[in-house]
Amino acid sequence: MTEHRDGNSLAGALADIFAAEITSAQVQCRACGLATTLAQLLVYGPEPGYVGRCPGCAEHVLRVAKTPAGTWLDLGGSTSLLFSTMAPSPTGAASSARTGRVSS
Amino acid sequence: MVNVTRGFRSRRFATDDRLPPGQYLTDGFPVLSAGPTPAVPQDEWSFMVRNGGQVLRSWAWDEFMALDAQDITVDIHCVTRWSRLDTTWRGVAVDDLLADVDTAAEYVLARSYGGYTTNLPLEDLLDGKAWIAYEHDGEDLPPEHGGPARLLIPHLYLWKSAKWIKSLDLVEDDDPGFWETLGYHDYGDPWREQRYQGD
Amino acid sequence: MTARRAETATASTLCLRVEDWNGHLPGQHVDVRLTAPDGYQAARSYSLAAPAAGGVDGVLEITVQRLPDGEVSAFLTDDLVVGDRLELRGPLGNWFVWQQDDPAPVLLVAGGAGLVPLMSMIRARDRAHIPTPFRLIHSVRTPDDRIYADELERLAAQPGGPSVTWLYTRTAPQTDKRRPGRLRPNDLNDGSNWTLDAAPTCFVCGPTGFVEEASNHLLAAGHHANRIRTERFGGR
Ligand SMILES: Cc1cc2nc3c(=O)[nH]c(=O)nc-3n(C[C@H](O)[C@H](O)[C@H](O)COP(=O)(O)OP(=O)(O)OC[C@H]3O[C@@H](n4cnc5c(N)ncnc54)[C@H](O)[C@@H]3O)c2cc1C
Ligand SMILES: [Zn+2]
Repeated sequence: MTEHRDGNSLAGALADIFAAEITSAQVQCRACGLATTLAQLLVYGPEPGYVGRCPGCAEHVLRVAKTPAGTWLDLGGSTSLLFSTMAPSPTGAASSARTGRVSS
Repeated sequence: MVNVTRGFRSRRFATDDRLPPGQYLTDGFPVLSAGPTPAVPQDEWSFMVRNGGQVLRSWAWDEFMALDAQDITVDIHCVTRWSRLDTTWRGVAVDDLLADVDTAAEYVLARSYGGYTTNLPLEDLLDGKAWIAYEHDGEDLPPEHGGPARLLIPHLYLWKSAKWIKSLDLVEDDDPGFWETLGYHDYGDPWREQRYQGD
Repeated sequence: MTARRAETATASTLCLRVEDWNGHLPGQHVDVRLTAPDGYQAARSYSLAAPAAGGVDGVLEITVQRLPDGEVSAFLTDDLVVGDRLELRGPLGNWFVWQQDDPAPVLLVAGGAGLVPLMSMIRARDRAHIPTPFRLIHSVRTPDDRIYADELERLAAQPGGPSVTWLYTRTAPQTDKRRPGRLRPNDLNDGSNWTLDAAPTCFVCGPTGFVEEASNHLLAAGHHANRIRTERFGGR
C-alpha cells in the first residue's frame, strides 16, 4: 500500500536550500545509529511534506515541507550529516542543480 | 509570476457553496502517507485516554465495539486542497469516551500507531464535533485510511483527524504535533484557511 | 520540446532543448513543473534517458510512461506539442549514478519505465566504448510494452554488448521458455557468472512495489546491501 520513493527524489526540493548536492551526503539516524546516504532514505510525500525515513528502523530522519513562507527543514531525526570529500563529483556535469528553462 | 504551461489545466474544476476557500471537490479518496501504513490487527489494538502520562481508561477492540456508536455524515477537507462531501462513517463520539473525566487540561495530543501526533484544543473534541471512527462507507475502515480506527474531527483540516489512533493525551500545553512542527497551522480551520503557521 | 518519439502505445520520448546545460551523469533526473493559468502547479521527476550530448544548447531526452489518469504523465504524453516550453530543474541526484571509471560489472534490473535511467547508463557505456560488463533484466507486461527494444537488441548483438533479458508479467512471446509472471528469485539468480562472485553493482529501478521485490530477491541471493542502488518511481 505504501508508495514511498528513495532519497534521490529529494534532490530537487533540497537544491533550493543547499549549495552542495546533498542526496549523496551521509546521514546518521538518531534513533538507531544507522549511517546511510540521504539517497537511501525511504521518502514519503511530497504532500503535506517530504518525510525521509531510516531504512533500518523507519524513524523519520529528515522532513521537508514547502509552504508559502518558505522551506521548512527538520533534521532532528539525524545526529550528523557528512559531506564526503570523496563524494562522486560528476566529470563535466553540474554537481549543483540549477533551474533551467526549456526553449523551443 | 511563473511561466504558465500551455494547455495545462488544474484539476480544480468543481466548486460548491459547501466548499471552504481554496478547496476543490474530488470523487476519489486520496491517500497521503508520511510513513509506512501500520499493520495493527484488531486483537492487538487498544485505545487509551491519558492524563499527564497516567492511563485514565483504555479499551480493547471488543470493548470498544460494545460502546454506543453513531452513524456520521460529514464533509471533509484536506490541506492539500481536496474536499469530499457527505462522507459516511461509524464510530464513537469522543464525548462518550471522555465522559466524567476530571481534568485541568485544555489541550489534547492525539497519538497514533506508527508515531504520528497532532495537537488539538480539548473543547474541539467535545459537543458532538469529533469521533473515533472505525467504519467508512459501511465497511471496516481500510488501513490506508487509518484503520482499525482513526480520529474524525471534520471541522478542522483532515491532518487533525489522526489515522491509526492509539491514544488521546490530555495536556496543559498546546505542544505542536508532527505537521504542526513543520510549518502547518496549530488549529487548522478550513473556513479561515488556516493551512500554515501565520495564516 | 524539439521532438517527440513514440516508444510504445503508451510511452513517449520527449526531446528538450535547454539553454546553458552543463551536462549530466547517467542515472540523474530532472524535476518537471507544470503551471496552470490559475497558478496551480504540479511537479514530477523524470529520469534523463540518454547521456549528455554536451554543448551549450543541450538536448535532453526523457521518456514518459503514460499512467491512466496520471496528471502529469498524461499531459506530457498527450498534450505537449513540439515548440512548447516546459519548466525543469536539474540535473538532480548524485547517488543513483553509474561512475564510468568504476570497473565493477553492472547488473541493471528495471520494471517498466524504470528502464529509463538505466538506458542512460547503457548508452553512456556504448558511446564511450567502455568494456565494463553490463547485464540488463527488464520486466514488462507484454512484448509490446518494451521501450527501446530495437536499440537494445542491436546493442546486445554487438561483440562486447550488454546482455539483455526481458521478463514478461502477462504475455510472453511463444519462443519464451519462462512462464509469464512477476519477478521470481531465480530470475535474478540464474547460476550464471552474474551472481555473487562477480560482485556487480546493482541498479534497480521502477515502481516502488517492483523495486522492493527485486531488491529483496537480490539481498536473498547474497548481494551486499551497499552494492544495490535503488530508484523507486512511486506506485505499487
Ligand atoms: C527520481 C524519479 C525518476 C522518475 N523517472 C521517471 C521516468 O523516467 N519516466 C516515467 O514515466 N516516470 C518516472 N518517474 C515517475 C514520475 O515522477 C511520476 O510519478 C509518474 O509520471 C506519475 O505521475 P502522474 O502525475 O502522471 O500520476 P499521478 O496523477 O500522480 O498518479 C496517478 C495514479 O498513478 C499512481 N502512480 C503514481 N506514480 C506511479 C508510478 N511511478 N507507477 C505506477 N503508478 C503510479 C498513483 O498512485 C495514482 O493512482 C520518476 C519518479 C522519480 C521519483
Ligand atoms: Zn534508524
